[in-house]
Amino acid sequence: MSTATGLSSPERPATTPTFQAPSTGRKIKNNLATFLVGLAFVIALVPLVWVLATVVVRGIGAILSSDWWGRSLSGVLPESYAGGVYHAIYGTLIQAALAAVIAVPIGILAAIYLVEYGRGRLAKTTSFMVDILAGVPSIVAALFIFAAFISILGAEQSAFMVSLALVLLMLPVVIRNTEEMLRLVPDELREAAYALGIPKWKTILRIVLPTALSGTVTGVMLALARVMGETAPVLVLVGYSQSINFDPFSGNMASLPLLMFSELSNPEPSGQFRIWGAALTLILIIMILQLGASVVSRFSAISK
Amino acid sequence: MTERTTAARPRDPQDEGSAAGSATLDTVTDTDPGRGGTDRGKATPGRGERIFRGLTSGSGLLVVAAIAAIGLFLLVQAVPSLLADNANFLTSPVFDTRDPANLNFGIRDLLVVTLLSSLFALVLAMPIALGIALFLTQYAPKRVARPFAYVIDLLAAVPSIIYGLWGIAVLAPALLPIATFLRDDLGWFFLFAPGNLPVLTGTIFTGGVVLAVMILPIITAVTREVFSQAPRFHIEAAQALGATRWEVIRMAVLPYGRSGYIAGSMLGLGRALGETIAVLIVIRAATTPSGFSLFDGGYTFASLIASAASEFSQPLPTGAYIAAGLVLFVLTFVVNAIARVVAGGKVNG
Repeated sequence: MSTATGLSSPERPATTPTFQAPSTGRKIKNNLATFLVGLAFVIALVPLVWVLATVVVRGIGAILSSDWWGRSLSGVLPESYAGGVYHAIYGTLIQAALAAVIAVPIGILAAIYLVEYGRGRLAKTTSFMVDILAGVPSIVAALFIFAAFISILGAEQSAFMVSLALVLLMLPVVIRNTEEMLRLVPDELREAAYALGIPKWKTILRIVLPTALSGTVTGVMLALARVMGETAPVLVLVGYSQSINFDPFSGNMASLPLLMFSELSNPEPSGQFRIWGAALTLILIIMILQLGASVVSRFSAISK
Repeated sequence: MTERTTAARPRDPQDEGSAAGSATLDTVTDTDPGRGGTDRGKATPGRGERIFRGLTSGSGLLVVAAIAAIGLFLLVQAVPSLLADNANFLTSPVFDTRDPANLNFGIRDLLVVTLLSSLFALVLAMPIALGIALFLTQYAPKRVARPFAYVIDLLAAVPSIIYGLWGIAVLAPALLPIATFLRDDLGWFFLFAPGNLPVLTGTIFTGGVVLAVMILPIITAVTREVFSQAPRFHIEAAQALGATRWEVIRMAVLPYGRSGYIAGSMLGLGRALGETIAVLIVIRAATTPSGFSLFDGGYTFASLIASAASEFSQPLPTGAYIAAGLVLFVLTFVVNAIARVVAGGKVNG
């Protein structure tokens, strides 16, 4: 913010005063705007602090209980405070990981297409559709997977179906982040490689992508953090299970959001105990991913 | 080569604009680096090049195909149920799929509740997001602007189910005095009229406030990005004329950023329209149709589908919900497309 400091001491004195202090009305307006703008920021902090504090206060007891991280809820009665959520943590992680395995290569290749190859109408359409995909509600993505794979192709409900829905939600995040990083790679690098006679595809794979790597990794971690909290796909595409299921391709599987949602119908106080415990667990996992993402982006080869 | 750039560019996140010159790629990509020696003929890209180009454009096409497939499959699954629908799909307020032989479903009530809650959220979130974006780009010192922006982005990292739980367990009781005041003293206005719920918690009003919190970071992020691109010389020209900070914003920043602000708000609206689980948890079901009051209950498109998700077994009733999902898809498609057109390339993402 460089302010107009030079105006108070003009080099040549003018005959009439060329600068007048702002009138009271303008000053009041200016101060009012400053106040309101600051107020808006403070207002936004209120729900953030409020939500986090609620989750920590109500969930801390659960996640500190001895069985929380190492047991499932297998055979645990609704009113009992025993058991843990490791089956749900496993479900959340494996569903997100499977989605990433599919979404990351496609996303990176699509981003390369948009930055390095795409010209003309097809590239414009693709870019537009990435924006549209980013706005597709998770419940619609889940319904699509249900309609295409379960209704028409006759697949069973399983954790893998959830992963397929999560792929649709991850793709735009991965594409946009990678795209942004690829565009930041200086053209001199590409030109130097071309000058050495290296084909374009090798230049992209060996020079451009490694330079943009940390930004891409950041994007993937943020995308993972986003899809881990998704509840709509698990509601539609997989059944809840109180015990561990290691096979993502068949059977019911718990995940943290699904566990929270099914415990909502548990009238016992222990249901609330589990809900807020799972909420805090989910927030912790997401925070770790977010922190990891910002650490990785610090090691970026190209600065934003 | 990679290492050299790493060394040449200090690892300084504050170092902005150093790579700003890399936007013009067209000149480079039109050259053909696949050309080998002179005797190998002209411009036939090698096999590696062709495969790689095919893979990348295939992935790009996949995204286009995915959107087309979503629309197509939802339509295919919805049509049989729509044909079997005994009620008017657009105007009927009932959604009864218990008897597959006698389906009665319409989206009138879903549309009212969805639009009412989302627009209310938008009205709440838009001015606050504008304020935050101005604060972060025009008022806060550069050093703290980045961490502050990160804090706002954290709002987007909280899963929606947690917003739902917080909304009904903590926020709803806290909003009760305000809701009571609005209904008792401003009830003559149709938005604040007594609704179809016996209580004042878990209404569209509560849901709208929760949605407003959830869409705040999206609107802020887009608006902030556009505001930070406001032309330097416009700002300096306004300053040179002796404008106060607010006048600089009004003359130079807002006119430039208006389209981005509107685009960001449309993206936020799209998110609110499709929000599922928070709305399902917060807004209570009602037995009578909505009467355009904020103190009504009911289902949005998304929350209705999620509430019935465990009963998706018979094709015809399921198709009814898929039809509702198709309407939601079209709605968000239109809203997002408008956002993209309004932004006119200023906003990326």
